[in-house]
Amino acid sequence: MNWEAVVFWAMATLVLVPAFAIVFSRNIVHMAFWLLGTLMGVSGLYLLLGADFLGMTQIFVYIGGINVLLLFGIMLTRSEPVYVRRLAKRPKLAPGLIIGAFTAFTLVSALLGAGWRNVPGEPTETAGILGAFLLSEYILPFEIISVLLLVVLIGAAYIARRGSREGAE
Amino acid sequence: MLFQYAHALIGFLFGMVFVALQVWVLVRLLSPKVKEPMKDSTYECGEPPVGDAWVRFDMRFYTMALIFLIFEVEAVFLFPWAAVYNKLMAITAGKPGAWFPFIEVFLFVVILAIGLIYVWRKGDMDWVKTTMHGRFDDKHVYHVADDGNPDKKSVA
Repeated sequence: MNWEAVVFWAMATLVLVPAFAIVFSRNIVHMAFWLLGTLMGVSGLYLLLGADFLGMTQIFVYIGGINVLLLFGIMLTRSEPVYVRRLAKRPKLAPGLIIGAFTAFTLVSALLGAGWRNVPGEPTETAGILGAFLLSEYILPFEIISVLLLVVLIGAAYIARRGSREGAE
Repeated sequence: MLFQYAHALIGFLFGMVFVALQVWVLVRLLSPKVKEPMKDSTYECGEPPVGDAWVRFDMRFYTMALIFLIFEVEAVFLFPWAAVYNKLMAITAGKPGAWFPFIEVFLFVVILAIGLIYVWRKGDMDWVKTTMHGRFDDKHVYHVADDGNPDKKSVA
């Protein structure tokens, strides 16, 4: 086994073990914390593929931002511990099977149609390459991103404000 | 190709070992051993813990986290630009449109600054203090809750 394989299996374990823990955990806050492991493993897989900027963005945005938001969201909803199994005493089997089969079909078809190949040569620093593209070919999308973020910010702030006002009254 | 990240891994492992060393080994060797029930309680910033850890958070935490997330994504997009900025400015120096990379990102930041001004003006970033007995509104006027005791005003 070479080093790539060792790191790959380590990262794959880091993705899968917390993923199973999320599914089988009873406490919703524990699930949010287990999600940290999965997200970190995915970031490790990105790094293994030589996508250093993407890997760091994964840690930055998903672990530093989304997961914190998720925890805040959980802590907003209830003032007593949420145990998922207690809420869903009889898990509905048929919808679960249908969704599971559909997801499995999508993933397997993506896996088979991916056209796998080896990563060519030494990976370079991807942030600089991305930056050069953002300043030349993709300049319009780059500016549109800021408008999009502005819209998201104003919309999110508006909805959150309305929610808190209603909650306070 | 993997070994370019080795220093990051070493830093990560060193951090873990360093913390573990302090928490489990160094403390055991150096600290005086005094048994006290207070020491086994949950650490809450040095205060005796109050109530349950499962409390309902204020909505403002969520709003603040949302605002943070937006500007975090902005920072992520600024990073590739920063990685090539010096190189690009050196190439385009003296030529027409030399300030183009700067102006482009200036626009990017200004558009998002409008969002910051919006949430600031709308008061989403105001942290209205709430105490057990009442709260301060955004004009810093204190409102006593129905069951509150006005004598405890000084809490906040």
